[in-house]
Amino acid sequence: MRYAPVLPVAIPLIAAALLAALSKAISQAASLIIAIAATLGAMGACVLLAGASRSESIVYWFGGWRPHAGVALGISFVIDPLGAGMAGFAGILTLAALAFSAKYFDTAENHLHALILAFLAAMCGFTLTGDMFNLFVFFELMSAAAFALCAHKTEDPGSLQGALNFAVTNTIGAYFILTGIALLYARIGALNMAQIGQTLGREHPNKLVFVAFAFVVCGYLIKGALVPFHFWLADAHAVAPTPICVLFSGVMVELGLYAVFRVYWAVFDPVFHIHIAGLRALFLSVGALTAVLAGVMCYSQRNIKRLLAYSTISHMGLMTIGAGLFDPVALSGAAIYVLGHGLVKAALFLCSGILLHRFGTVDELELHGVGKPLKWTAAVFVLGGIALAGTPFSGISAGDASLHSAAEHLGYHWVRWISLFAGTMTSAAVLRVAGRVFWGWGPARERASGAAPKSDEKRETQSGHKTIPSSMFLPAAVLLLAGLFLGMMPALPQSTLKAAAQFTNSSAYDARVLGGVSIAIPGPAMPETNVTFSLIAVGLAILIPAAQLFSRQARVLSKAIGPAMKWLHALHSGHVGDYVAFLTFGVAVFALACVFILQ
Amino acid sequence: MTRPIRTLFFFVSAALLALAFWLSYSDLAPLGRNTSAYGDLVNSITVPQRHITDAVTAVNFDIRGFDTLGEEFILFASVLGVVLLMRRRSDDPMGDHEDKARGRIVPYPSDAVRVTALLLLSPMVLFGLYIVSHGQLTPGGGFQGGVVLSTAPLLFYLASTYPQFRAVTPPRLIEAAEAVGASAYIFIGGVCMALGGQFLENVLPLGKTGTLVSGGTVALIDLGVGLEVSAGFVLMMLVYLEELMEAKEQ
Amino acid sequence: MSYLPYAVAAWLFIIGLYGVITSRNLVHLCICVSVIQSSSYVLLLAIGYRTGRPAPVYADIPAGTPAVDPVVQALMLTDVVVEVTVMALLLALAVQVHKRLGTLDPDRLRKLRG
Repeated sequence: MRYAPVLPVAIPLIAAALLAALSKAISQAASLIIAIAATLGAMGACVLLAGASRSESIVYWFGGWRPHAGVALGISFVIDPLGAGMAGFAGILTLAALAFSAKYFDTAENHLHALILAFLAAMCGFTLTGDMFNLFVFFELMSAAAFALCAHKTEDPGSLQGALNFAVTNTIGAYFILTGIALLYARIGALNMAQIGQTLGREHPNKLVFVAFAFVVCGYLIKGALVPFHFWLADAHAVAPTPICVLFSGVMVELGLYAVFRVYWAVFDPVFHIHIAGLRALFLSVGALTAVLAGVMCYSQRNIKRLLAYSTISHMGLMTIGAGLFDPVALSGAAIYVLGHGLVKAALFLCSGILLHRFGTVDELELHGVGKPLKWTAAVFVLGGIALAGTPFSGISAGDASLHSAAEHLGYHWVRWISLFAGTMTSAAVLRVAGRVFWGWGPARERASGAAPKSDEKRETQSGHKTIPSSMFLPAAVLLLAGLFLGMMPALPQSTLKAAAQFTNSSAYDARVLGGVSIAIPGPAMPETNVTFSLIAVGLAILIPAAQLFSRQARVLSKAIGPAMKWLHALHSGHVGDYVAFLTFGVAVFALACVFILQ
Repeated sequence: MTRPIRTLFFFVSAALLALAFWLSYSDLAPLGRNTSAYGDLVNSITVPQRHITDAVTAVNFDIRGFDTLGEEFILFASVLGVVLLMRRRSDDPMGDHEDKARGRIVPYPSDAVRVTALLLLSPMVLFGLYIVSHGQLTPGGGFQGGVVLSTAPLLFYLASTYPQFRAVTPPRLIEAAEAVGASAYIFIGGVCMALGGQFLENVLPLGKTGTLVSGGTVALIDLGVGLEVSAGFVLMMLVYLEELMEAKEQ
Repeated sequence: MSYLPYAVAAWLFIIGLYGVITSRNLVHLCICVSVIQSSSYVLLLAIGYRTGRPAPVYADIPAGTPAVDPVVQALMLTDVVVEVTVMALLLALAVQVHKRLGTLDPDRLRKLRG
C-alpha cells in the first residue's frame, strides 16, 4: 500500500521502456502480453487507491519533500476516488484497445504497444496529481503519445493531415496553459494546487487571476474539444486507428474536462465562489452550444468514425453542462455519464473497426446493405446507438438523472431539453447508419444534399477478412453490456455522489494536502431517476432515422436545410489555419468574459 | 474560410487577446520585483540539505524530480513516435515533387571538414560527459550534456558517409541504450523506495559539497538522463537521415 | 524597461499565432509554433528575475545568498525539452506529408472536410 500511489505511473512506463528495448527481439504476442500485464497492474493499483481514499484523500509527496511552513516544496499526488476512478477507467479502455489490436494490425508494431502504455501512464499521472506544472507535464506526455498514435497510418495522407491539425491545436493549447501557470506563479509564487488555492482564498481576485484562469481553462478545453476548440477532434478520429479512437473518445477528451474542474475546485474555488453564477452561465453556454452544434454536425456525417467523433463532442457538451453547474450532485451525474458514454462509445468504435476490417471502408453510403451477414455486430451497434439516447438502467441515463435533478434544483430548466436534443440526434445518427449498413434500408443511391463530402479512409488492415476474430468482437460486446447496465450497479450512485462531494470540497482538499488534516465532508441528498424521459429520447431516436430512411417527405425537408448545412460543413474546412483562428478567438473572448462578466 | 477573411478574423481576435494580456500584466510587479517564497526557500536549502550547488539541478532532479521523469518520458515517447512515423513502408508512393531541386549531387565531404570534425569528436564527447557529470555543481545536467553528447556521432556523419555512420551507431543498440536510460530513472526511484524513503527521495549518501560525488541520487539520475537523451537524439538523427537517403535513392 | 519582457512575451505569442494562421508552408508553420513556445520562456524567465541578485549557482558564492528564482529556470528547461519533442513530431509529420503529397502548402491539404 505504501507503494500504490506510484504504481499507476511507474508500471506502464517501465513496461514501455522494456518493450521499446526489446522491440525487434520478441514476438508481437509476447509484447501484447507484457502490455496487458502492465495495464492490469496499473488498473489494480488504481482500484486499490480508489478504495483506500474513500474516507480521506491520499497525499503522496514525491522525493519526500513535505510542505515546510505552508510552502509546498515537492510534487504531490492527491488521490481521491474520482481521480483514481478515472485512471482505472482509462485502464479498462486501454485493455479493450489492446485486446482489439491483437488481430487488427497486420504488421508487428511493438512501438505501438510502448506508445499506448506511455499514454496510459500519462493519463494515470494526469488524474492523480496535485501540482499544476506536473499536470502540464503529464498533459504533454499524453499529447506526444497521442500525436504519434494518431498518425500511425502514414501511407494515408489524410491521416497525416488529421494528426497535424491535432498536434498544432493541442500544442497551442498547452502553451496557453503554461502562460496561465506562469502568470499564477508570478502572483502567488507556488505551483502546488492546494497552496495556490489557499493563498488565493485570502485575497481579492484581480484581473491577472481571471486571465490566468481563462488561459488554463481554455487550454484544457481545447483538449476537451468544446466549441470553438472542437475542430481537431473529428479530423483526428477520422484518421486514427480504431483502437486509438477508443482511447481518444472514451477517456482522453473527458480528461480535458476533468482537468478544468480539478483545477477549479482545488485552486480557484476559494476565490471564485462568489462569482459562481457568472461561471455557471459561462460554462453552461459553452456546453449547450457544443451539444447542439455537434449534434447537428453528427447527424449529417457519412463517415462513420467522424459521425461518432461529433457525437463524442456533443456528449462532451452535456458533460460540461453537468460539471459546469458547480454542484456535487451534478458532478456525480457527469462522472457516471463519462463512464456510461465511454463504454458505449468504445463499443461503437470497435464495431466500426470491425466494419473497416471486413469491408475496407467506413463510409455509410458505400456500406449500404453490405453488413447483413454480421448479425452480432449489428446487435451491438444498434444497442449502442439506443444507449446513446439513454435507455433506462444505462450509465448515460443514470448520469442524466443526477444531472437533470441538479439543474432543476438550481433553476436551469432548459438543460433537460438540450440533453434530449443531443442524445436524440447522436443516437438517431447511429441508428440511421445501422439501418443503412446492416439492413439495407433507405435508397441505395442517395444524393447526399447537405451531407458531409466523401472522405476516403484507407484500410488499416489487409482487405476483406472473411471472419471476425473473437478478439475483436468480444471487447465490443463486453463494453456495450457494461455501458447498458451500468445504472444497475447498486453502489454506483451513492459512491459517486460521495466522491463528487469529496472532489468539490476545496477547503478540505487544501487542509488535507498542506496540513494533513481531514475534514468531514457532508453527503448531499440522492436524486431521483426519471424513466419516462429516457423512453421519450429513445423513441425519438428511432423515429427520426426511420423517417429519413423511409419517407420521401422527410428527404425533401432535409434538402431544404441543405444550404445551411453546407455552410456549416465549410466552416469545418480541415485547414489548420482556420482552426487556430477559431481557437484564438475563443480564448480571447473567454478571457475577456472572465474579466468583465465575473467582476 | 478564405485567406483574407481568416486574416481579418485573426486581427480582431489578436486585438482582444492583446487586451487580455495587457489586463493581466497590470497586476504583475515590474521586472525584477516579483517575489516567490518557493524560490527563496529552495535557494536556502539546496546546499545545506542536499549538498548541491546548482539550485536549478536540485529543483529539476531532486525537489521536482518527478516532473523531470515525466519530461524524460515525453522525449522517449516522441522519439518512439518519430521512429514510428518515419518507418519504411513497402507501398511508398512518391508524389509529384514540384519543389525538389533537380540534378543535385551531394558532394563527398572535403578534407578540411573531415579533419575538423574528427579532431572535434573526442573533445565533444569529453565536454558532453563533463556537463552531464557536473550537473549538480554548475549549470548543466543530464539534458544539456546529453544533447552535446549526441552531436558527436553527428560530427562523425559530417566527416563520413551515411553507411559508415550507421555502422558506428547501430539502431538496435541505440534503442536499447535509450530504454535503459529511461528506465534507470524509475529504477533509481524504486531503489529509494526500497531503502525506506518515498519514490525518488534522495536517501543515498550526499557526499561533500562541491565535489563530483555529491548530491546523492542526483548524480546517478544525471547519468541515466544523459544516456537517454543522447541515445534519443542519435536515434532521431538516424531516422531523419534514413528518410533523406530513401528520397535520394529514388 | 520594467514591463518590456512581458510585452515581448505577449507579442511573440500573438505573432506566432499570426504565423500559424497565415502560413503557406508546413515547415514555416512548425517554426511559428516554436515561436509561440518561446513566448512562454520569455515570460517565465522575466517572472523569475530578481534585481541585483546573482545566478542560483553556489559554486563560487556563499551558500544561502539570495539569488534569482531557480524554480522558473527549472520549469523552462523542462519546457525546452517539451518543445523539442513536439517540434520533432511536427516536422516528421511535415516530412511525411511532403513525401506523400509532394507539397507543403496547408491550403492544398484538402483530404479532411466537413
